[in-house]
Amino acid sequence: MSEGNAASPLLTVEHLTQRFGGLVAVSDVSFSARDREITAIIGPNGAGKTTLFNCLTGFYTPTVGRLTASHSGRTWLLERMEAHEIARQARVARTFQNVRLFGGMSVLENLIVAQHNKLMAASCFTLAGLFGLPSYRKAEAAAVERARYWLERVGLVDVADWQAGNLPYGAQRRLEIARAMCTEPRLLCLDEPAAGLNPRESADLSELLLFIRDHHAIGVLLIEHDMSVVMQISDHVVVLDYGRKISEGPSAQVRNDPAVIRAYLGEEEGA
Amino acid sequence: MEYFLQQLINGLTLGAIYGLIAIGYTMVYGIIGMINFAHGEIYMIGAFVSMISFLVLGAAGITWVPLAVAVVLVVAMLFTAVYGWTIERIAYRPLRGSTRLAPLISAIGMSIFLQNYVQLVQGARVKALPPVISDVIVLAQRADGFKVSISYLQIMIIVLTTALMIGFTQIILRTPLGRAQRACEQDMKMASLLGVDVDRTISLTFVMGAALAGVAGVMVTMYYGVIDFYIGFLAGIKAFTAAVLGGIGSLPGAMLGGLTIGLIEAFWSAYFSVEYKDVAAFAILVLVLIFRPTGLLGRPEIEKV
Amino acid sequence: MAGAGTPPSDFKAALGEAAAAGGIALLLTLPLVGMRTLETSGGLVIHPHFADVALTVLLVFLGRLGLVLIEAGRGGAVLAAAAAMVAAGWLLPFPTEALRGIALAGGLVVALRAGLALRSRHSTLTQAERDRRMDRVGARLQDASRLIGPVAVLFALVLPFMPFANRGVIDLGCLLLTYIMLGWGLNIVVGLAGLLDLGYVAFYAVGAYAYALMATTFGLGFWVCLPLAGIFASLYGLMLGFPVLRLRGDYFAIVTLAFAEIVRIVLLNWTAVTNGPVGIAAIPRPSFFGIADFTNSPAEGHLAFHQLFGLTFAPVHRIIFLYYVILALALVVNFFTLRIRRLPLGRAWEALREDDIACTALGINRTNIKLAAFAIAGMFGGFAGAFFATRQGFISPESFTFIESAIILAVVVLGGMGSQVGVVIAALLVVGLPEAFRDLAQYRMLAFGVGMVLIMLWRPRGLLAHRDPTILLHLRKSARQQQAESEARG
Repeated sequence: MSEGNAASPLLTVEHLTQRFGGLVAVSDVSFSARDREITAIIGPNGAGKTTLFNCLTGFYTPTVGRLTASHSGRTWLLERMEAHEIARQARVARTFQNVRLFGGMSVLENLIVAQHNKLMAASCFTLAGLFGLPSYRKAEAAAVERARYWLERVGLVDVADWQAGNLPYGAQRRLEIARAMCTEPRLLCLDEPAAGLNPRESADLSELLLFIRDHHAIGVLLIEHDMSVVMQISDHVVVLDYGRKISEGPSAQVRNDPAVIRAYLGEEEGA
Repeated sequence: MEYFLQQLINGLTLGAIYGLIAIGYTMVYGIIGMINFAHGEIYMIGAFVSMISFLVLGAAGITWVPLAVAVVLVVAMLFTAVYGWTIERIAYRPLRGSTRLAPLISAIGMSIFLQNYVQLVQGARVKALPPVISDVIVLAQRADGFKVSISYLQIMIIVLTTALMIGFTQIILRTPLGRAQRACEQDMKMASLLGVDVDRTISLTFVMGAALAGVAGVMVTMYYGVIDFYIGFLAGIKAFTAAVLGGIGSLPGAMLGGLTIGLIEAFWSAYFSVEYKDVAAFAILVLVLIFRPTGLLGRPEIEKV
Repeated sequence: MAGAGTPPSDFKAALGEAAAAGGIALLLTLPLVGMRTLETSGGLVIHPHFADVALTVLLVFLGRLGLVLIEAGRGGAVLAAAAAMVAAGWLLPFPTEALRGIALAGGLVVALRAGLALRSRHSTLTQAERDRRMDRVGARLQDASRLIGPVAVLFALVLPFMPFANRGVIDLGCLLLTYIMLGWGLNIVVGLAGLLDLGYVAFYAVGAYAYALMATTFGLGFWVCLPLAGIFASLYGLMLGFPVLRLRGDYFAIVTLAFAEIVRIVLLNWTAVTNGPVGIAAIPRPSFFGIADFTNSPAEGHLAFHQLFGLTFAPVHRIIFLYYVILALALVVNFFTLRIRRLPLGRAWEALREDDIACTALGINRTNIKLAAFAIAGMFGGFAGAFFATRQGFISPESFTFIESAIILAVVVLGGMGSQVGVVIAALLVVGLPEAFRDLAQYRMLAFGVGMVLIMLWRPRGLLAHRDPTILLHLRKSARQQQAESEARG
């Protein structure tokens, strides 16, 4: 699917700073995420993880900093692109902390909408589609097949025609990941995918993420609170606290870093 | 120069009236995030109530102007407050927590109903009331005889508006009701968990906004002397523009926005064209929303993702 | 607030609550209803109508009392009293028709609730129960529309040849179809894309004036101008769209309203072009596709419709022709919408309505698809406007006020957003009913406003808000079963 290159990182974040008025949410953070690896960003509440995600995916424009995505022999400067361009051209897909599905639409429709740009081109910007030309019908059938593939992966085939809003919470989370994968991303950003899941569902999630990394050969960037998930599957961990990067490295190393322990247990500040 | 001064006075008077209506929009939008589309009709009802009250007082032989005006103000505030309370109770409260569109549609329906209700019970014709206060003070005179004057009425409108403004700001800043309002504005669920009676607070917000619109109605009746059932629509949109211009949710902003709109309208009519004065107000609304959606005094809003 | 206390105190509390409601009603009606201002030669005088006030207060008191007592579990007695009230409303003289209406409607509502309470022990359904019931009705109707749809179209096709179809009926048909077409057009923006457009009438006005001006100044025919009118309205949509589409929610709504008012004011004051408040008269009527005219004595070298088909001349031919034109236009809009909902653009609109941020994250350019919605809906509005101009033969800014936008919006929202059948039913309710009760013309808009509020209270998502998926993975039937299952669980 790709000729991923372990030497050059898929995503590079350099000196990222984001201010809101006087509040500094992210301060001078640099790290990189590699292709075919799972990179986790962890940190206590309010550490600036979601803000970082929003900068990456174009929902905020960073105050300072450079965000580069590079793959397929090209490079994109994410901080200069609009959110939809980042998703479409730089192929960065994301999920949201509080699941954002198209609740009134069916599960399958959610996955078809994710393939909008491809289908739009196939329908010649709706003209071919309006007259029901076979080229569009073929493209739509292919889109349904892709959707079916991901539905099988996340175990939602049986409920494909339900309203997405009626799914149980865990299924909604899985559907959101499937939807992001339907955009055929090179970097998948997941904002707390395990939040609110029971241990069994968390285990399934870990398995799914490993599958995505290994079989689809893409990079995964993960914000997570659930340490069992993080430690089990992450290749690389970045720790944020109060908007600053306090540690970085393989999970085993980060786990024993005194700075990380201090941030989580608050030994000296006594939270 | 003299002409300019005269337009300034007229614009300030008009702006004071818009500002009073705008406060109602801004308070309601601040607290429940909806455009109270029927607010302009409250102002229209205030105008009708004040006209009726003047007629009743006249028939009762109360002709001492300060007393009559005071009585009419109180009566108009009372009745419009009841209208404001009832509208919220009937048309908006059951829809709280529903889709975003539903209360707005309900408000539009309410607005149409109130217009036609007043048309039905009071007639569609324009109503004219002889001026209650007609004395003016001549401030300056130009060589060609053009006089710059300010009427007692204009003074009264500006002074009364200022007084109400200060009073209401104090209410919001200092009283428990004001505190409850600000709490609901921040987070309604949390406020109710902390023991704020949210329903009552919202009701009182409507009551206060409606009473101020009632005062604006009294002023417009005295100032122009002609009213009809349709005046609420345009005034409502302009006052909403004023609220947005000043920064929605901000009381001083509403007043500032009202004055700006009033001045722009007065000068536009004076120097460009009377016909397009409404276009000026709408154009400002569009421009403000596009270039500074937070308004002059509003706080920036960060899109939550 | 079900009363569980002992009966006497119960009754007292009920009386108190009813008295409070009556007091509010007194304050609401005392100045406006009770003291009517009349213009006389000597200035304004007050004409008292206190009997109306007293009756209103009494009716409100009784109504509230009835409702409170129903909740306290005395449905039987209230049912009898309410029935008596309806009878009294029917038979006794009332000072005004409005009061009689209040008495009748109030009595009916109270009686209905009392009946419901006797059967199920609650006087009202909870919002969720009501929603679920109406959803089921909506779903059933959606299924039925597969059958009813063609039948309705067939009926519309043969309507002009029915024995009862006189000129008035066909005219009403034209009017209804115009609103249905406008409703379907606006449905694209409001129902599918979820953008609350309070100024749809501007597109209608642009289309109407575009046709009227082109026809009267350049002498172009209807069939040439129709597409042009659509294009002009569409361009207006794009022009409006660029600045406005970044705004969200209520701000967006109010700006579209402002733009529509600007258009109206310009039409009113740009006398050199639009003829100002006088309007444009003598707008040419459409020909039979440029082949023949609908006149008794056609101009030199032209053919008359009745000559072409060897009929005797009748003015109704043109009306029938116009009827078919608007029917065809409306059906085009309908088929377009049904089709586009299954295409990427339509799905993106619906996704945008559901969650615009998620749309962006999927690489969908919000601005483009919103502009597309505006341009397309605008084009349909423009078509309808051109039709309006040619049917009336006269247009003025009067016809394009905010209330027109509100009516079109009501047709969309009351029917149930996004529902094509809902639009038809709402158009029948909103436009058809008032037309049928022309004698009560002065109460029309009053009832319209009340209706809007009531339907929103009763069903905030619109009467027939039901949505079928546009594409299925499994067979249709099992999908419906699953949906029911999921609703039972959800």
